[in-house]
Amino acid sequence: MTRSSGGRVVVNGVSPDSDPAPGQCLRTYLRDHGCLEVKKGCDAGDCGACTVLVDGAPVHSCVFPAVRAAGREVTTVAGLGTPEGLHPVQRNFVEAAGFQCGFCTAGFVTTASALADEEGRVAAEGDGLARLFKGNFCRCTGYRSIRDALAGRSNVEEGGGFGTSLGAPAGRRVACGSERYTLDAPDDGVLHMALLQSPHAHARVVHLDVSAASALPGVHLVLTHRDVPDVLYSSARHESRLDDPDDMRMLDDVVRFRGQRVAAVVAESMAVAERAVELIEIGYDLLPAVHDPEQARSVDAPLLHPFLDPVRSRVSEPGRNVVAQSHGEVGDVAAGLAAAAVTVHGTWRTSRVNQAALETHGARGWLDEYGTLVIRSSTQIPFLVRKELAHVFGIREAEVRVLAARVGGGFGGKQEMLVEDIVGLAVLRLGRAVQLELTREQQFTLVPGRHPMRVAVELGADADGVLTAMKVDVLTDTGAYGNHAPGVMFHGCHESVALYRCANKRVDAEAVYTNNVPSGAFRGYGLGQVIFAIESALDDLARELGISAFDVRRRNVVVPGDDFVVNGPADTDLDFGSYGLDQCLDLVENALRADGRSVDEVPEGWMTGHGMAASMIATIPPRGHHSEATATMHPDGRVVLDVGSAEFGNGTATVHVQIAATELDVDPALIELRTADTAIAGYDTGAYGSTGSVVAGRAVADAARSLRQQLDALDGPILAPVSGRGHHQGSPRSVAFNVHGFRVAVDPGSGEVRILHSVQATDAGVVINPEQLRGQVEGGVAQGIGSSLYEEVGVRDGHVTTRSFRDYRFPQMGDVPETEVLFADTWDELGVRGAKSMSEAPYNPVAPALANAVRDAIGVRPRELPMSRDRVWRLLQGDRSSQGLWPPEARQGP
Amino acid sequence: MDLSTVTSYRRAARRDDLVLSEGETYLSGGTWLFSEPQPGASGLVDLTSLGWTPWERTEEGLTLAATCTVEELLAVPDVALGSAHELARQCADAFLMSFKIQHLATLGGNVCLALPAGAMISFLVALDATAVIWTADGGERREPVRYLVTGARTTTLAAGEVLRSFEVSASALLDRYAFRRCSLSPLGRSSAVVVARRTSAGVLVTLTAATRRPIVVALGQQGQEGSLARALDEVDCWYADAHGSPDWRAAMARRFAAQCLTEVSS
Repeated sequence: MTRSSGGRVVVNGVSPDSDPAPGQCLRTYLRDHGCLEVKKGCDAGDCGACTVLVDGAPVHSCVFPAVRAAGREVTTVAGLGTPEGLHPVQRNFVEAAGFQCGFCTAGFVTTASALADEEGRVAAEGDGLARLFKGNFCRCTGYRSIRDALAGRSNVEEGGGFGTSLGAPAGRRVACGSERYTLDAPDDGVLHMALLQSPHAHARVVHLDVSAASALPGVHLVLTHRDVPDVLYSSARHESRLDDPDDMRMLDDVVRFRGQRVAAVVAESMAVAERAVELIEIGYDLLPAVHDPEQARSVDAPLLHPFLDPVRSRVSEPGRNVVAQSHGEVGDVAAGLAAAAVTVHGTWRTSRVNQAALETHGARGWLDEYGTLVIRSSTQIPFLVRKELAHVFGIREAEVRVLAARVGGGFGGKQEMLVEDIVGLAVLRLGRAVQLELTREQQFTLVPGRHPMRVAVELGADADGVLTAMKVDVLTDTGAYGNHAPGVMFHGCHESVALYRCANKRVDAEAVYTNNVPSGAFRGYGLGQVIFAIESALDDLARELGISAFDVRRRNVVVPGDDFVVNGPADTDLDFGSYGLDQCLDLVENALRADGRSVDEVPEGWMTGHGMAASMIATIPPRGHHSEATATMHPDGRVVLDVGSAEFGNGTATVHVQIAATELDVDPALIELRTADTAIAGYDTGAYGSTGSVVAGRAVADAARSLRQQLDALDGPILAPVSGRGHHQGSPRSVAFNVHGFRVAVDPGSGEVRILHSVQATDAGVVINPEQLRGQVEGGVAQGIGSSLYEEVGVRDGHVTTRSFRDYRFPQMGDVPETEVLFADTWDELGVRGAKSMSEAPYNPVAPALANAVRDAIGVRPRELPMSRDRVWRLLQGDRSSQGLWPPEARQGP
Repeated sequence: MDLSTVTSYRRAARRDDLVLSEGETYLSGGTWLFSEPQPGASGLVDLTSLGWTPWERTEEGLTLAATCTVEELLAVPDVALGSAHELARQCADAFLMSFKIQHLATLGGNVCLALPAGAMISFLVALDATAVIWTADGGERREPVRYLVTGARTTTLAAGEVLRSFEVSASALLDRYAFRRCSLSPLGRSSAVVVARRTSAGVLVTLTAATRRPIVVALGQQGQEGSLARALDEVDCWYADAHGSPDWRAAMARRFAAQCLTEVSS
């Protein structure tokens, strides 16, 4: 029974052909009627991505009952302007480059449009802007470029060859909502999938009856462990599938974490699918569970994967829950410590952090006219997903096509195959189009986040501050499955330790299974956690020695000619293609010294301090990263550039156009980019490990150069398309550097940490696009500040207690201060036209730099992230023992 | 999000419309109801169509309709809100949600939701407002908001009871207020909210967000600091959630209470 208050909904001037359903939110009503520009970020009223105007007032359409829109005018971002006729606010977002992935942009634009002057500017005093936009979240930018957009400042340049701030090619479409993301496609006959998730941390399914669910009208398929291929694999994907353990089945009769998918229902609508999930009868035998990684590797611990073959599954010690381990020493650490004039030691802990990309994971699959399985997915790695789907289903790669539209943020989280497998199975079973879109809650309960780690560090140095010994002991909680466990552990311990020249080094590291939600890949890939510990310990060392934190780095960092050593033989394919760490140290030191801010900004009674940290990152992941590109000049002057790499806010679409335009000496506007589609573009390992510029970019440069040579050799006009091809294999690899500095004030009464000055110097080689690079640095710093001060996924007995953005403390505009971004002046021999990668790395030095500044201010060493106000307050009470006792659910990490 | 089990929706226009059928639930303005799955809900009864006057200044004081939105509260002229107008703004600012939600969220909805950090609970408890409740049998009952909210997400409201309005005494609009709040991030969900109100009899200190239910400490004219400290020592419901640990919240509440007491006493 729907009693309408009269009147049709009017959407952008037009009345849709049907009325809203009771219980339907305005967001899905609008999307059902073709308004795909209205995005789902949180589906709970927190993030604002779905903001539309109702009679001119901005509302979060995900919590606005659609029936209330009856008789009212709804305006979406597409109703404000078009790519050809931008609304002033849209123009400002384009010109400021006020977005990266762009998934939040529609919501920012609609919200701003209700507040803006006729030039599209929104002005507010003090923290007014942060207050106005506390209902609009952005995960990519760190908000500076959005503030620029709101102020009407322009950051992009016309023309736009290599080295200029060309705007993103998709900019106008993003600002108007016409750029299509993964699930932005008409809902023509698509079936919807809902998941049944495990309520238990460890249990065996002993009873399963899907008859009632299957019998529900509208249900097409119910999938359980009885229906899946008998293949072990991993959700994590790398160039080599041997990098990750084969330890999971698509659906299993043993569940190993709360939230694990147990069954899937495919039905005519999401509502029917959800109802059918409730009708699945399932009985479990509970198994003992372990949630603490230290306990997990002890003798009596319940085993998660006791029957895995260590060799075939590539799990180090299933009998001890150890997925991967590294134990090794170079030199003689005991002797180095004994010889030291000063030693320091400590143990640091990091929390569980969620990528929180605004677009949740989702995929839609169908069979094309040739019977090819087509999967359109929110993925950073379409080619790797294709490869693994073929492996899992036992079909040829040619029978699978995977493509990605623009991806709404990834940060590593979409270097996993979390939805494509089960969607693919449903499509193969039904022969119909099937879609699965994860909920925000599922992003917290089944999407792998950052590995929580416990890192113990002991350092020794002589009286001059030269390191005599480095001893690092790392324990990572990889959760119930080993996806990314080896990679994160080895990478985390690699550049963090190899950054320092020291004759005596020992690293012991283990990645351990627990019955917690799995951990996975997230910006920095383990480095941030280990660097937090090592750079904090170095700060202690500098204090003990009475020398500056900058000088202790200068005396110990590797310089060209040094080997990259961790706890064994030095790397063979890692090289100094360039070196800008010295410049980065100077730049940050000078910036902090020149800090002109007056002491008046510090409230009375607050304690101030400054701190810094350094980090190194390899420009490309090890063991191969391949990319192929094709540049084709058409007789009409268009250049079509095919490259397999995906755009998810990393800006590679812009960079590839710039590289090709410069190599070909053509207007960037003439270049049409086709990406991330296994049916169109050449192979690309994937957009991870910051490879979009240095691997795919070099393939693009080679392709464009090859095309140029052919064109230059032509005598007369082009009569048929001419193509050039390029390829890069991802080796040898170079190194890039980041140094971060903070000046902070801490309120001893509340534990509040206020950032007074934030500066990061980056060594990215030649800067391809200054505005985009600045944006990548700011975004990485913002996520670093989030991990350092706010963000935390709570887990109690394996139950995730943080299930929405509002409880996750997602950093808002008011939480992220502006960061001064400085560039070292270097030219990399291994990069693309002298450029290096710089996407993950800015995250890595943030937490220790901030912790070192807090230490400087309060005289107590923070050893745990996040340095939330309650924790810092407790430190100030001298209550170090209780640090980490609260919240108890968060303390189940290592 | 879509409430997939909901199959009916009706707009309430009169009191008769408020009788709930099996599975029906009231829908207010904000609307929190759509922010979480609502298993079991099959129908919605919209309260925002009742047409209640948002606020009325009476001889006894001020009556705020349960359906008065936060935005409408902020639009009440200063002269009508009297000395509480600044407090209203401060409490609205304490909302986690942005102006886009405040534009729609109602005082009654915020009280019914009974979150410890409910900003309108802070406001109404500080004013010692009395809730007027329409009972399911067609009657009416009154209860101070401080007692109506009994814990995190719990109230005394029985099935079929509807909040009609909040009555604020005239004296509450003359008294002096001091306000403090904190959260784990600058504009995050409140971890502790303390309001002190200087009355003719002494000082009322109200705690919300830091405690599972509102706490009101009445201080006489003498020995206020000591009484306050003793009263806070007896608080047994410091709240714990993602927005702060209970020991810190207790410390912040003590700190703010002392500051607020000083401020209203000066």
